[in-house]
Amino acid sequence: MTPNTRRAVGLALTSLTGLAAFIIIAMLAIILFNVAEHGAGGVTWTFLSKPPEDGMMGGGIFPAIFGTAALTLLMTVAVMPVGVLTAVYLHEYAPPNSLFARFVRVAVVNLAGVPSIVFGLFGLGFFILFVGQGMDRALGHEEMYWAQPGILWAALTLAVLTLPVVIVSTEEALRAVPMDHRTASLALGATQSQTLGRVVLPGALPGILTGAVLAISRGAGEVAPILFTGAAYFLPDLPTHLNSQFMHLGYHTYVMATQSPDVEATRPLLYSTVLVLLLLTFALNLVAVIIRTRTRRKAAGAH
Amino acid sequence: MDRQAIMEQGLTQPLVAPLLSPAARRRQLREKVIAGFITLMAFTGIAALILIIIFVAKEALALFTEPEARHEASLSKMFLAQDVAPGRPPFRWQPVSKIPKVSMIPLFVGTLKTTVVSMLVAVPLGVFGALFAAEFAPRRLRELLKPVIELLAGIPSVVLGFFALMVMSTVVKEALGFDRPLNAMLAGLGLALAIVPVIFTVSEDALTAVPRSYREASLALGATPWETAWKVVLPAAAPGILAACVLGFGRAIGETMIVLMASGNADVISWSLGDSARSLSATIAAEMGEVVVGSPHYSLLFFIGVQLFIFTFVLNLIASTWTRRVVRKLTGGAS
Repeated sequence: MTPNTRRAVGLALTSLTGLAAFIIIAMLAIILFNVAEHGAGGVTWTFLSKPPEDGMMGGGIFPAIFGTAALTLLMTVAVMPVGVLTAVYLHEYAPPNSLFARFVRVAVVNLAGVPSIVFGLFGLGFFILFVGQGMDRALGHEEMYWAQPGILWAALTLAVLTLPVVIVSTEEALRAVPMDHRTASLALGATQSQTLGRVVLPGALPGILTGAVLAISRGAGEVAPILFTGAAYFLPDLPTHLNSQFMHLGYHTYVMATQSPDVEATRPLLYSTVLVLLLLTFALNLVAVIIRTRTRRKAAGAH
Repeated sequence: MDRQAIMEQGLTQPLVAPLLSPAARRRQLREKVIAGFITLMAFTGIAALILIIIFVAKEALALFTEPEARHEASLSKMFLAQDVAPGRPPFRWQPVSKIPKVSMIPLFVGTLKTTVVSMLVAVPLGVFGALFAAEFAPRRLRELLKPVIELLAGIPSVVLGFFALMVMSTVVKEALGFDRPLNAMLAGLGLALAIVPVIFTVSEDALTAVPRSYREASLALGATPWETAWKVVLPAAAPGILAACVLGFGRAIGETMIVLMASGNADVISWSLGDSARSLSATIAAEMGEVVVGSPHYSLLFFIGVQLFIFTFVLNLIASTWTRRVVRKLTGGAS
């Protein structure tokens, strides 16, 4: 081949890779545009503040918004301490070449790959049937109180699901804290835990927050794990107890899309629900991306 | 006494630990307790993984221990052809009919069909997109591309399922002339939306890990940028890209909501992409809600969960081994 044809072939194939990248972006744009176009009109204050009416054909989605928020709040409370401390162990406390630390890492990587529906089975088999029944027996409840689907069990199931997200982002954040800060603190006579609490964790805070935000965004969108651990088809009341069932934006989307008696009639409501869900997860993701880019830039400047 | 004797005496006497003030000793104790607590917390990840397999397997165990379940859903009924009646298909998944039929083969075929379609679409898109981002895109464009992909990865799968069901179904049906709006092709395309970000991100990481000296050497020898990317960078990053594909495959097998909403969920065995398909994960999601706890059908659904766990676990192990290999190769065995 002459150099010119080589260049031409190269250029053609290069533009093919550009086309692939373009298609990916276009897919995202089409989804967003389609949902925004059909859903924006329906997102009104009544829609956001009213429960569903007329067998899901009218009304709003307030219980679903509230349920999603309560669920992710509980999940965050459960997952953050465990996830952050696991990352602290891996990065700050584990002895070099520790076999235990290596096992933890392998477990976390594999935990991230477990299908979400299997987490749902786990939530049912472990939290509801094992822990829940055990608690009912221990606390002397005559009828099922804990051994039934509820918001606490759904939140704990999601907490296990999002654990790897928190661990990975926290570890990245800890890595970005310069070693000098630790040695300076230790040299001044601070103990290891004082160094951790007053120097390392504050320094890593933006990255830890990124992890929290990513976990919330992931947890808010997952439907498969909550199918049998607490999500309710239709429930005008808000969840009041830790064992209450709840409505959920993602599950509501699934129900309206697949089990509506009249697809055409529910379509506008469905689109608006999806738009709210997307805006929620996107806003969270955007915050995470911004914090992360900032910390990365700062970390790059520090070295 | 001479010095030698003094020293020997000193050696035989018990060594005395430096005297610590009570406050210092308390502080040491507190440090130990904190370190112990943190180590304990780190055990959660391992515990979670072990508890998942134990408790999912425990609920499936009844299939092998209880006579009723063993009769209704034996391994041969799950995996071998059954002649129920002449003319009836030998493999069927109808666990709630009068005579329960529990063949897993239609579910395997359905899962395979949807995942293969998704891989055929997502691998070229993801790998080529990553190649573009890592090798050819101007810096500005690359910095835009990565957050966009992260946003795509952030779309909940139920929204992708919704999009496939409400928007893509009519387009796909018209374009390909299928009889049904919900079919294996549609589910596969929906799945592709979910796994493209996975394949892109992991591939891009592998490509950017290739040292710049490889590229400079190739360009200095007169290769064009494309030849450098295709014949030098891509082969160097090959294990990482394979790992990306394996990870994407694992995600596609386990993904539930998209397939549940877009595949039609009929237990037919056919290789036509226009036919409906029922996947392993969607079967669990669709049937667990109505099942009687402790029944053979219930145990069967957990058994499907065990299989999904094992498939994805093995795929993950393969992927992480390959990822480590690419890192070791490119850093010359340093890590």
